[in-house]
Amino acid sequence: MLTYITRRVLASLLILLGASFIVYMLVAYSGDPLAEIKSSNSPSKEARIAQRTEALHLDVPPALRYFIWLGGAVKCVVPFVGQCDLGVTLQNQPVTVALSTAIPTTLQLVTTAAVLAITIGISIGIVTALRQYSTLDYGVTFVTFLFFSLPIFWVAVLLKEFGAIKFNTFLYDPYIKNSTILLISLVMGLLWAVLLSGSWKRRGITFVSAFAVTAGVLYFLSVTRWFSEPSLGIVVILVTGVAIAFGSTVLFAGLRNRRALYSSLIMVGLGGVAYYALQPLWDRATLWLVIGLGILAIVAGWLVGRFMGGYDHQQSSRAAMLTSFGVSGLVLLDQFMKNWSRYASDPHIRQRPIATIGAETPGLNGDFWLTGIDKYTHLVLPTIALILISLASYTRYSRASMLEVMGQDYVRTGRAKGLSERVVVTRHAFRNALIPLATIVAIDIGALIGGAVITESVFSFKGMGVLFLNGVRDHSPNPVMGVFLVTGITAVVFNLIADLAYSALDPRVRVKA
Amino acid sequence: MTTILENTADVPGGKPVLPEKPEETRGLSQGQIVRKRFFGHTGAVVSIFVLAAVLVLSISAIGLGPIPGWWKYGYTETPALMNGGHPTLQLFPFSLGEHPFGQDRVGRDMFAMTLRGAQISLFVMIVVGAIAALVGVLIGASAGFFRGKTEAILMRFTDMVIIIPALIAAAVVAQAAKGPVLLAIFLGLVSWTGMARLVRGDFLSLREREFVDAARLAGASNSRIIFKHILPNAVGVITVNTTLLMSAAILTETALSYVGLGIQAPDTSLGKLISDNQAAFSTRPWLFWWPGLFIVVICLTINFIGDGLRDAFDPRQKKLNVRRVKESPDRPDAQGVPALVNNAPSGPSSALTSGLYQNLDQPADGGEGNEETHR
Repeated sequence: MLTYITRRVLASLLILLGASFIVYMLVAYSGDPLAEIKSSNSPSKEARIAQRTEALHLDVPPALRYFIWLGGAVKCVVPFVGQCDLGVTLQNQPVTVALSTAIPTTLQLVTTAAVLAITIGISIGIVTALRQYSTLDYGVTFVTFLFFSLPIFWVAVLLKEFGAIKFNTFLYDPYIKNSTILLISLVMGLLWAVLLSGSWKRRGITFVSAFAVTAGVLYFLSVTRWFSEPSLGIVVILVTGVAIAFGSTVLFAGLRNRRALYSSLIMVGLGGVAYYALQPLWDRATLWLVIGLGILAIVAGWLVGRFMGGYDHQQSSRAAMLTSFGVSGLVLLDQFMKNWSRYASDPHIRQRPIATIGAETPGLNGDFWLTGIDKYTHLVLPTIALILISLASYTRYSRASMLEVMGQDYVRTGRAKGLSERVVVTRHAFRNALIPLATIVAIDIGALIGGAVITESVFSFKGMGVLFLNGVRDHSPNPVMGVFLVTGITAVVFNLIADLAYSALDPRVRVKA
Repeated sequence: MTTILENTADVPGGKPVLPEKPEETRGLSQGQIVRKRFFGHTGAVVSIFVLAAVLVLSISAIGLGPIPGWWKYGYTETPALMNGGHPTLQLFPFSLGEHPFGQDRVGRDMFAMTLRGAQISLFVMIVVGAIAALVGVLIGASAGFFRGKTEAILMRFTDMVIIIPALIAAAVVAQAAKGPVLLAIFLGLVSWTGMARLVRGDFLSLREREFVDAARLAGASNSRIIFKHILPNAVGVITVNTTLLMSAAILTETALSYVGLGIQAPDTSLGKLISDNQAAFSTRPWLFWWPGLFIVVICLTINFIGDGLRDAFDPRQKKLNVRRVKESPDRPDAQGVPALVNNAPSGPSSALTSGLYQNLDQPADGGEGNEETHR
């Protein structure tokens, strides 16, 4: 195994060298970085040309210039050799500096979108596979195909128009028209009826109740001006928490495992206590405090499951941990919501809380909550756009994979020996269906790091994508190579992970040492 | 399974014949079966007609190369601006009017420009799909089948191509030669990598299966095993991926043109049109809607065709596995499974609605073996 990894890493280095040479040559030969100066009428034209030639080593032919760049780049990858040097951009800014601000911006944008798209996509795929050729399946198939067919720049412009400009106008006066309420309720009713399925009578009941509940909630929200001062409150948190408790118990242990159900419900109770106990702490909240509390909540879930004991205490632990995670998320969300009106009335926001461009509001100084909301309002539209685009492939692949697994002999064996459908699906089918997905997910994560180029440029995120695009437009290899180094290394590493994961998960595929 | 199937098939007369029962496909070639299943997929058939309509419309209206089309305006002409450039398309009664999709700021006809863009997109899509699928399947299949040194070299090569961003290749092409042909070829040459990896993954798994050993024992050559035994089993992955590839190719081309690195003026592309007109969303929304709509329609139809092909080719995810088990209380093996008999609806019609979900959870793999024997 170790030999295999060493060999792969060495091969990866060669791959990176080869690919970086090709990319460098492509960019270098794509055009003349001096063209902009040459066509200008500036009196200091000659001096500027000489200066840029000096800074970018333009007097050296590209093939040799690559090795000048490589000499500097090696110092970045190998530690303790010397100062990291990736050259300068056309604006004479060192690429290392440009990258150090661009990478966090891109990661912020991509991580949330990737995690959400993978989770949602796989869940939808599994559910539609379990109900193959139902109305739900057809509906989801159509919708995922539609999402997959949407050009991201088109979606982005639409999102800006309707998700930001129109929605901000709505937030200014959050009154929902009766016709809108009716329409949304109708859609929700249909959605639930399709989701829960069953006989026509049952579907009718589902439709009517979902319709009534949605209409009631929307009317309530509209009348109480909830959107101006949103909050969840302890009641909503507890009710949703109980729902999560039941859901996670069904998923991990089955409702007949009372110990698991009780440990989940205990976590909901503890969450309710924490809701009040933590109130004085929130004013001095920092990111680390929130992360620490989240970890504490999960550990507490594990402990409760452990102490509930029983034959299968791991199941109880898992259910309790998931519940605990969900409830702490709700408590946190509630706290963010309480700070919303403070954010929306901030003079820097100018009554337009949902942002269309940039990664943060310039000049906004606030505590943890304000900056948190600010990040969120800037990230929400590009994240939605990215999720919509990448959801489709995860859904399709996980559905196909699950369908294949459900037809395998070991699934039949599981049923034949009397296992419940839940155990067959979650233990036997689901886990095996994830194996081929591991490859796709690993490669996609590697690709996503550099893949948000278009999204970044539409939403004016000053991330790696924009750095890269500007480099390509200016025919300047240095910034392009800087971004390429980051994305190339991630891609190579994740490819290696994908291969190792495949052979680790599926013993039939052997890794040759 | 084989014996069971033959028993059912040999029962003379009697039971009503359900659509696509094994008896239906008996005596048909593999191609005939696939065609039959494909044309049973409504979405795919509708998509084929829509796609053909878009293709015919875009080629006939604008013309191809030197051959002129029937539409009165070219995509570079700038006729006088009429009625503020509002679209004149009417559905009831149907009439195109002077400028069906409206005019842009300088008066160019949007109908001509959109169709020209669609033409370019379709061309790029076909070339990219063909090149990428061919290269990807060849490389993936040989890597997965031969393993060893071949695999190492091919997959390292794939890794190298994977990390070269398509944007760079396109940027170089855009500088070197203006025109969609080179752009399409270059895009095809950098987008086969996903296909190669998937095909290889499938081959790695399939080559360990018993039927490959059986074929080898029977004395089949490597190429026969690859093309006759393993490839047909991987055809689902390949078709799905090719269609994903083709729709991705359209999106890549339009995205490149959107950021100014793809198709260059005076030629036009759907992405370039959106990029040129996005600032006018509030004043001239039609300039923004039509090109986007065409991208979505082309992509959507391609994806549905791919789905239809997958259903037609792939014996493992077929529609009728489940239903056949449910709808055939006469199956000899069904009597051995009480749950199946209890859940089986009395007639084929009821299976479509109420009982479907509950029955989906029942063992559904009875049909799979049957199909295998018929292929």
